[in-house]
Amino acid sequence: MADMMQFDLVSPERKLTSVQAYSVQIPAAEGDLTAMPDHAPLITTLRPGVLVVNGADGETRFAVTGGFAEITPSATSVLAERAYPMGQEGRDALQALLDETRAKAASAEGNDRDALNKTADDLAQTISTMN
Amino acid sequence: MANLKDLKNRIASVKSTRKITKAMQMVAAAKLRRAQDAAEAARPYAQRMADVVNGLAASVAGSETAPKLLAGSGSDQTHLLVVMTAERGLCGGFNSSIVKAARVRAGQLLNEGKTVKILTVGKKGREQLRRDLSAHLVGHVDLSEVKRVGYENAAGISKQVFDLFDAGEFDVATIFYNRFESVISQIPTPQQIIPAEVPETDTAKSETLYEYEPSEEAILEDLLPRSVTTQIFTALLENAASEQGARMSAMDNATRNAGDMIDRLTIQYNRSRQAAITKELIEIISGAEAL
Repeated sequence: MADMMQFDLVSPERKLTSVQAYSVQIPAAEGDLTAMPDHAPLITTLRPGVLVVNGADGETRFAVTGGFAEITPSATSVLAERAYPMGQEGRDALQALLDETRAKAASAEGNDRDALNKTADDLAQTISTMN
Repeated sequence: MANLKDLKNRIASVKSTRKITKAMQMVAAAKLRRAQDAAEAARPYAQRMADVVNGLAASVAGSETAPKLLAGSGSDQTHLLVVMTAERGLCGGFNSSIVKAARVRAGQLLNEGKTVKILTVGKKGREQLRRDLSAHLVGHVDLSEVKRVGYENAAGISKQVFDLFDAGEFDVATIFYNRFESVISQIPTPQQIIPAEVPETDTAKSETLYEYEPSEEAILEDLLPRSVTTQIFTALLENAASEQGARMSAMDNATRNAGDMIDRLTIQYNRSRQAAITKELIEIISGAEAL
């Protein structure tokens, strides 16, 4: 089908989902982007954020942090360091990660601190959308 | 000749040993299943990661801006061997085969006049290497509290490796682990993780041309550490599966040996009991005849 593409979301420990999708909204490092079928081949890194998969049975959301996305005309795969379905469990895990990142940011300097602070902000924002 | 009481005790003790080894075998079988499932589940990620990194590395390789994790530090004087073993014994040759592979490699490198540093993961490897290579041990990762290896464990190990690398402590890092082939066969495998090895293929031609966002180098910079962590994670999972497989077959052997031993002891027991009976009879008969 030309109006759908294969979508895979994998984390190091397991494959979270593998479905046909109309479009996938990806929190890329330099801004959100939406991949649709016949997208030009693209590889991009991720920032912490919410991934929205628009598939045959409606919209599914995942919280992801770090990793990268590989987009080809016929398929999109997201390799996330951590990925959680929406829900309390994911929220708790992300909250723990946020606290850790904040603590690290407090002791880091210069560019590292800016990067960590940005990650923390992204995380905080992700958590707030997970209600 | 051992008297009857002793034999009986021995049979009882071997029987309880057999019960234990049998139980351990079954526990290992159950754990093996889980470990194999985990290794299976991690494969898609590792595979994709390797594909993308190889593709990127092939296009960046040779350029002067290539990240250090890919290009190396420009020398191969100091080698770091990450020796991954189990936390527990009773698993046949599992631990020794890894240690042996690492020891052979260390010997080779030392002969070539290189410096060798060893980071051990798992208690058993440390115990064995401490005997003759204690001067080279630079660190140890303890996983004895970990029930099921997770990505965080791998991240912890790779962080130690990166810290050492950033401090210029070594030039080349190799991990040693047992690749799980089957329950009866685990292959000790050395794998170089830093600098990343790029397979010599002409994939560049067949591969689609990707756009990169941000630049190729920036992505590579971000991905290489992840790739190393993923390789360590894969190794940990393979190791976990191998350990259970090795333990399973070792315990299977032990159970069988115990069974054989019980059979032998039982025969001996019966014979000596019969001998005692015969002796008593002879005594009675000859006593009666003498009257």
